[in-house]
Amino acid sequence: MSSDAIAIQTAEATGRPWVETLHEWVTTVDHKRLGVLYILYALVFLLIAGLEAMIIRIQLIRPHNDFVSPQVFNRMFTMHGTTMIFFVVMPVLFGFANYLVPLMIGARDMAFPRLNAFSFWLTALGGLLLYFSFLGGNGLYGAGTAPDVGWWAYAPLTSRAFSPGHSSDYWTIALLVSGFGSMGTAVNLVATIISMRCPGMSLGRMPLFAWLNLTMAGMVFLVIGPLTAAQLMLCVDRYLGGHFFDTQAGGSATLWMHFFWIFGHPEVYVLVIPAFAFLSEIVPVFSRKPIFGYPVMVGATICIGFVSMSVWAHHMFTIGMNSYANSFFAITSMVVGVPTGIKIFNWLGTMWGGRIIFKTPMLFCIGFLFQFLIAGLTGIMLATAPFNWQLSGSYFVVAHFHYVIVGSILFAIFGAFYYWYPKITGRRYNETLGKLHFWLFLIGFHLCFDLMHIPGLHGMPRRIYTYEPGRGWETLNLLVTIGAFVQGIAVLVFVANLIISYFKGAKAGNDPWDAWTLEWSVSSPPPAYNFAAVPTVASRRPLWDLKHPEDPDSRYE
Amino acid sequence: MRIGATMHKADWGAMVGRVAGILVLLAGVLLATGLCMAAPHDNPVPSIFDPHSTPAESIRHLSHFVLSITGAIFLVVFTLLTYAIVKFRAKSENPGREPAQVYGSTQIELAWTVIPVLIVAVLFAATAQMIHAIQDAPEPAGAMDVTAIGHQFWWEFRYPTLGIVTANELHVPVSDPAHPTPTFLRLLSADTDHSFWVPQLAGKTDLIPNHPNETWLDPHDTGLFLGQCAQYCGTQHAKMLLRVYVDSPEDFKAWTRKQQQPANQDEKEAAGRQVFESTACLNCHAINGTNGTGRFGPDLTHLMSRRTIAAGAAENTPENLRLWIQNPDAIKTGSLMPAMKLSDTDLDALVRYLETLR
Repeated sequence: MSSDAIAIQTAEATGRPWVETLHEWVTTVDHKRLGVLYILYALVFLLIAGLEAMIIRIQLIRPHNDFVSPQVFNRMFTMHGTTMIFFVVMPVLFGFANYLVPLMIGARDMAFPRLNAFSFWLTALGGLLLYFSFLGGNGLYGAGTAPDVGWWAYAPLTSRAFSPGHSSDYWTIALLVSGFGSMGTAVNLVATIISMRCPGMSLGRMPLFAWLNLTMAGMVFLVIGPLTAAQLMLCVDRYLGGHFFDTQAGGSATLWMHFFWIFGHPEVYVLVIPAFAFLSEIVPVFSRKPIFGYPVMVGATICIGFVSMSVWAHHMFTIGMNSYANSFFAITSMVVGVPTGIKIFNWLGTMWGGRIIFKTPMLFCIGFLFQFLIAGLTGIMLATAPFNWQLSGSYFVVAHFHYVIVGSILFAIFGAFYYWYPKITGRRYNETLGKLHFWLFLIGFHLCFDLMHIPGLHGMPRRIYTYEPGRGWETLNLLVTIGAFVQGIAVLVFVANLIISYFKGAKAGNDPWDAWTLEWSVSSPPPAYNFAAVPTVASRRPLWDLKHPEDPDSRYE
Repeated sequence: MRIGATMHKADWGAMVGRVAGILVLLAGVLLATGLCMAAPHDNPVPSIFDPHSTPAESIRHLSHFVLSITGAIFLVVFTLLTYAIVKFRAKSENPGREPAQVYGSTQIELAWTVIPVLIVAVLFAATAQMIHAIQDAPEPAGAMDVTAIGHQFWWEFRYPTLGIVTANELHVPVSDPAHPTPTFLRLLSADTDHSFWVPQLAGKTDLIPNHPNETWLDPHDTGLFLGQCAQYCGTQHAKMLLRVYVDSPEDFKAWTRKQQQPANQDEKEAAGRQVFESTACLNCHAINGTNGTGRFGPDLTHLMSRRTIAAGAAENTPENLRLWIQNPDAIKTGSLMPAMKLSDTDLDALVRYLETLR
């Protein structure tokens, strides 16, 4: 909808027919346009995946409900999970990285603009393939169905014996294709950050946003490989008579688990590190202080990157690994909490002694801090392997990772939307609607996901389309569903704000937040190729230096 | 646009207070659940905080330790965050003045690195000890062996030393801590991954094809304990329910004796038996003493000794048996039991026959 809006405005501005404008957007290699495309694409999928979540929650509103059949329910949670991870959160983060990294490091575009466009369209194709399964999932002999094997698609449920037709294949190919897109973007981000920084911007002067996205891109190199390999092996099993995961022929179900989670767990950090990047830009600006402990923040991020590569089997404590393996993955999972804790403390240190301004972006960041704290602590409970034997596979885990992905990552993403909206559109968003979005979403979130821990502790497993009455799960599930709907309404307020403000919002000016990084030095939206003259920087906060010539950062660094 | 800015400082304080209040309340709910979620014995809530067996009790013990540490961390960080938000909020005076620009502090950052490392060390020590204690527990002489096999979407239980085969309802003897008679389960799968989870007796362990696993439980109290499959295994994962009956030694002996008998052959119901033996039933189901030896579905030799059918999806009543045979989708859509499409006469005879299988 907003893409139409943008297209219309461009058409008006230039007086060209909309087809040409559309053609321009489809063939663009401009990092800002590709960033916007990623973001809008992710927003569309956010609404779709949100709708799927609502269907799941309506079905679970009371025991033995028959709103949807078990088959439909299983498709819904599979599509919800797959969509949210691969076609909402990853694209939206790539979109912001694409848009902002060149601006922040004083570059005129990404290192490889054509690769950038190629990566986006691969990701877009992946999402379309996944959803085409609704039409073509059963191949030639019937109506289509979406995959129903869960977003981690454990073997041997994906073998031809248990998953006939092509629904699993659409899942496999969609992830394979979008995985190549992610690799392309990662290559691009690393190349851009390493070699396109403006004069004076040493690695130690890069905004943390760039550092964190560099780490994220480095992790993408390592983790997409195993996922791609596993998908290819699965294709070989299904169509070329392979037996990698074919347990009836001596294959191994646990092999798939290792391949999937050595991707799957670092993937959480691939998603959360860019969220950290948003916090690291927004919290300082709205606290009116520089980030506390910049070198430690960089070190902690890289440390998280490395340690998170060695924690994957904490998703597999119940599969019967020996006690040494269980102990190893327990300690590594706990250790990753240390650098993560350092980050929370450093954001706290940034706010400490500051002058905190409660605009919508900052509200979302503060929500992030509280919720990420709780997510981290329930994460420690889950890292305690024996405790995990009770918690894993239950609604406690579902609540835990939604605390990470919604309560933390999505909150940070909403913060980023509001913070950079003026830059990207040139308009201010409506602050009242923004605050309404925040409070509604916060209340809905806590109603939904706080209470969701409890049925898990009472023995409710995840991925069940219905449950027995009398186990103490009814009231909680009802309240959780109400919370989900409150969040749904909040998201509609958010989308409405984006659209209304695009047409009615006041002009934003170059620097509405009195911020310090280079993207605020250019017009809103930034001109083609960003900088008329390539800037030169002398510190981590070039605009601070500009605004405070009497007390520049460059004096201290 | 500027509506937010017209709010006064007092409103801000109230607003921040409200966030804090909501968060404290909700965190309190979470912690309270963790600390005092003890259900009474006959309560069907399968809470992990109401354990009746050594592994589950050990885990509850560890969970209290972990919850108290994480709870303390939560309180400290929550207080600091709330304090910072309230204390350092922008005041209307000097709107243009920037606060002191502080870049970091090595001592403070070192402190909040070292303290978490120490906490991790303590947590890990407790965890590793508990992993070893539960997972590497030796099997004592008095232990009973059971093989549990996961199927889409039901449980098969075999007692190799007792020569018993049953389904969905596991009977085990109560274990007196002075003379423990734990049950050691060998976990197998006939098709996809499943997970054996009875929260009040032990943590879950997966049943993975081609990858035998083990778990054990030593229930200290008699009674019925509920659980269900905890690893997504296909369409009817939700109705792969699990019931564990913990019997007194006498009851268990009586149950064993009964289960070891061949099926009751009541000649009055020969017609129903004839239906069982002449239709597709016997492809999947076994009844000891008939020519039915199928293994894809539950063993029916002592069907009527079980309280439920369809892996706990329905009570074991004649009406439900009828419905299950004629239209399984009505009870459990997507189960692998086919609709048998019997004539009314055959169906009546078959159900009457099944009712004699005590």
